[in-house]
Amino acid sequence: MTTTISAPPPVAAPRRRRRRPLRGRGLHLYTIVLVGWLLVPIAVMILFGFNDTHTKQNFEWEGFTLKWYVHLFDKKDLTTALINSLTIALLTTLIATVLGTLLGLAIGRHRFRGQGMANLVMFAAISCPEIVMGASLLSMFVATETPRGYLTILAAHVMFSVSFVAITVRARAVGIDPSVEEAARDLGAGPLTTFRLVTLPMIMPGVLSGALLAFALSVDDFIITNFTSGSTQTFPLWVWSSTRTGTPPQVNVMGTLIFAIGVLLAVINIVAARRRARHS
Amino acid sequence: MRRLRGALTPYLLMLPAGLWLLVFFAIPLVYMASVSLMTGNLIDGWKLTWHWQNYTEGLDVYGDKLLRSLWYGLIATVACIVLAYPAAYWIAFKGGRHKSTWLFLLLLPFFVSFVLRTISWKLVLTDNGPILGPLKSWGLLPDGFHVLDSGFAVISGLTYNFLPFMVLPIYVALERIDYRTIEAAYDLYAGRVEVFRRVVLPLSLPGVFAGVIMTFVPVTSDYVNAQVLGGPGNTMIGNVIQAEYFTNSNYHTASALSFTLMALLLIGIFAYARALGTKDVLEAAGR
Repeated sequence: MTTTISAPPPVAAPRRRRRRPLRGRGLHLYTIVLVGWLLVPIAVMILFGFNDTHTKQNFEWEGFTLKWYVHLFDKKDLTTALINSLTIALLTTLIATVLGTLLGLAIGRHRFRGQGMANLVMFAAISCPEIVMGASLLSMFVATETPRGYLTILAAHVMFSVSFVAITVRARAVGIDPSVEEAARDLGAGPLTTFRLVTLPMIMPGVLSGALLAFALSVDDFIITNFTSGSTQTFPLWVWSSTRTGTPPQVNVMGTLIFAIGVLLAVINIVAARRRARHS
Repeated sequence: MRRLRGALTPYLLMLPAGLWLLVFFAIPLVYMASVSLMTGNLIDGWKLTWHWQNYTEGLDVYGDKLLRSLWYGLIATVACIVLAYPAAYWIAFKGGRHKSTWLFLLLLPFFVSFVLRTISWKLVLTDNGPILGPLKSWGLLPDGFHVLDSGFAVISGLTYNFLPFMVLPIYVALERIDYRTIEAAYDLYAGRVEVFRRVVLPLSLPGVFAGVIMTFVPVTSDYVNAQVLGGPGNTMIGNVIQAEYFTNSNYHTASALSFTLMALLLIGIFAYARALGTKDVLEAAGR
């Protein structure tokens, strides 16, 4: 996901400064306010991870403490849920990236009968309401008496993220000049060698952003997981079930840490991309 | 032989993902379509009786919630466009060297889990929270004033949660505009408003369209925001479907409602595509 926000090449510089479409100052202020609005709930989440609460409801500020960071893994089932979320997301990323890359290559690099149909199915899988996908999976699992749990969650996550990977890979694969691959073949490379040394490096940015997207979609999914989980818990499911009895501050702490790690990785990614752009 | 292999290649490449989508996407949908025409219960099981009344009865009982969902979805989507467009515009045209930084700031909510984000939004809106609390103690609002458990709270949560999905495609569309087209319009004596109305806005519509697809569908079928922020009086169709599955085990009603919802959303999207003049929804979505 983070690769999509690296800066595209600048457009031609405006010649006449006075004649820009709209004055910038008001919009600049507006953008700052909007960012502020988006950050308020995040700030509240982080703040209440430091709240010295004594009741089950973590709603009122009662003083600063670090004890929830110390006792982060005290709630065993919450920790299990977090680990489930992370391993499911990793496995989903792995499977969906491989399957989605192959699908994206098929649609982006080849012309064949049924291509329109393949595009349509991908579009349907992306735009279908989550609740419909979740409900239909649940119907099928109940009818076939498939025990719901870790594996059914994994199957569902791969299902909804594979099209996203395919689309990012397709966007990249469409732009490849076929003569490059032909040149490799003329120089004696077999299909596999051509793929490994020529095609794959060229589509790699698409594959990587597809993989990040799959991870982000999987780790944060609630609705489809809710329908396919059985008694297995993931982090979003655990947080959801806690809303009835009171969300413990550990949830805020985990949210804060996930946020911090995600932001850190994204910043590193952006800085590295900038440095690469400067060197080349 | 080589020719045959060449012709088969795309099908072989598609096979694994295609099978996965067949087993876990297409077949369940077809199966749910049949469930929506069944009658039965949890103990005796279900039988396909072509009971079309599942649809009419579902609409009779829950039609108001379906309408409310579409209404909330519409308001939240429009709110997202109105809020996202100016910011995307400013970043695309005035962001300068810091474009990616600004975009990154607008996408920060993505790094917090969706359910947790909604709970945090509830914390912000509580009666004595960081917004209402000070306003009340300064006497600007009456003591009994509250926001939670209202349609407004649900719509605000939906807008908050899905705003980044709207910002991103609009920004991408605006960013792609060649500045020379805008300059050409000025050279042809177009005023500032006219340049926006006749050059910038039409060129950015594909981005708005992609944003609408990415927000309207999930917003309308969401049940997390209604459950956390809306209280009992503002439930949406997602809450109904979820309850019919998990609490009442009325699988046939839930299936019929799911299909009705999906059909309405598809009709909405295609009608919108028509209104925009997009001939091919796929083409617009693929960009």
